[in-house]
Amino acid sequence: MRRGSYLTVAAELLFGTMAVPAQAETIQITMTNLVVAPSEVSARVGDTIEWINNDVLAHTATARNGDFDVMMPPRKTVTSVLKKAGTVEYYCRFHPNMKAVLTIAP
Amino acid sequence: MFVRVSAAIAALSILGSAALAQGAKPTDAQIAHIAYTAGVIDIAAGKQAIEKAGNKDVKAFAQDMVRDHEAVNKQALDLVKKLKVTPEDNDTSKTLSKQATEKLAELAKLKGAEYDKAYVANEVAYHKAVNGALETQLIPSASNTELKSLLQTGLKIFQGHQQHAEQVAAKLK
Repeated sequence: MRRGSYLTVAAELLFGTMAVPAQAETIQITMTNLVVAPSEVSARVGDTIEWINNDVLAHTATARNGDFDVMMPPRKTVTSVLKKAGTVEYYCRFHPNMKAVLTIAP
Repeated sequence: MFVRVSAAIAALSILGSAALAQGAKPTDAQIAHIAYTAGVIDIAAGKQAIEKAGNKDVKAFAQDMVRDHEAVNKQALDLVKKLKVTPEDNDTSKTLSKQATEKLAELAKLKGAEYDKAYVANEVAYHKAVNGALETQLIPSASNTELKSLLQTGLKIFQGHQQHAEQVAAKLK
């Protein structure tokens, strides 16, 4: 391979990376008295979710499709980065009546 | 099953009538004792179910009950310590404990699917009764604001448990 090709590849990588349109955001989702708020959230791949558990009980955010399973100890905040696009219904494994939806754009 | 369910309801309605009969509201020390006892009862029932239940949803539910009620009772203990209140044993707590011991013995005799159904049915009835007592008796009677707030949090948690128990019961049918 010639030197020029390397430069092209390098340039593509560089500009490719820079071309990411929006900066990743941090979105807060709280669990208080067995209620998830907000119950519907829109996000993008790469965004960080800050899962805030205000309860004295452990909770989980478990995707029905298996995309994620976040464990939240009592009164702790846990973060996770969204890796896959899709409309994901999730619930708490310990309190299955806690349900919410995350819509993740690519 | 009807006997067990009505026993749970009877135990909790005693809670209301005993307090009313005396014409006095339960004190914070008594309320703390009643609430803590109600938690201990469900923890004992849950531990028995973890051992005995065959259905995996029932077993998971029982584990949730033990985990949550232990957490809430720990909060209650921390609070009474902070408030320097000594939980005071009383007739309601005694009746609850007595009924619960009898019920545990009844459930111990059952096996398999019969046990699973009876345990979950009792959990539905028990949480319903406890929530009713919290709403109409214990929360309104509590004078300390922190105790009242803990009871209110407890009520929300236990309402969630009741829904969860109802969902598990519906699946067993």
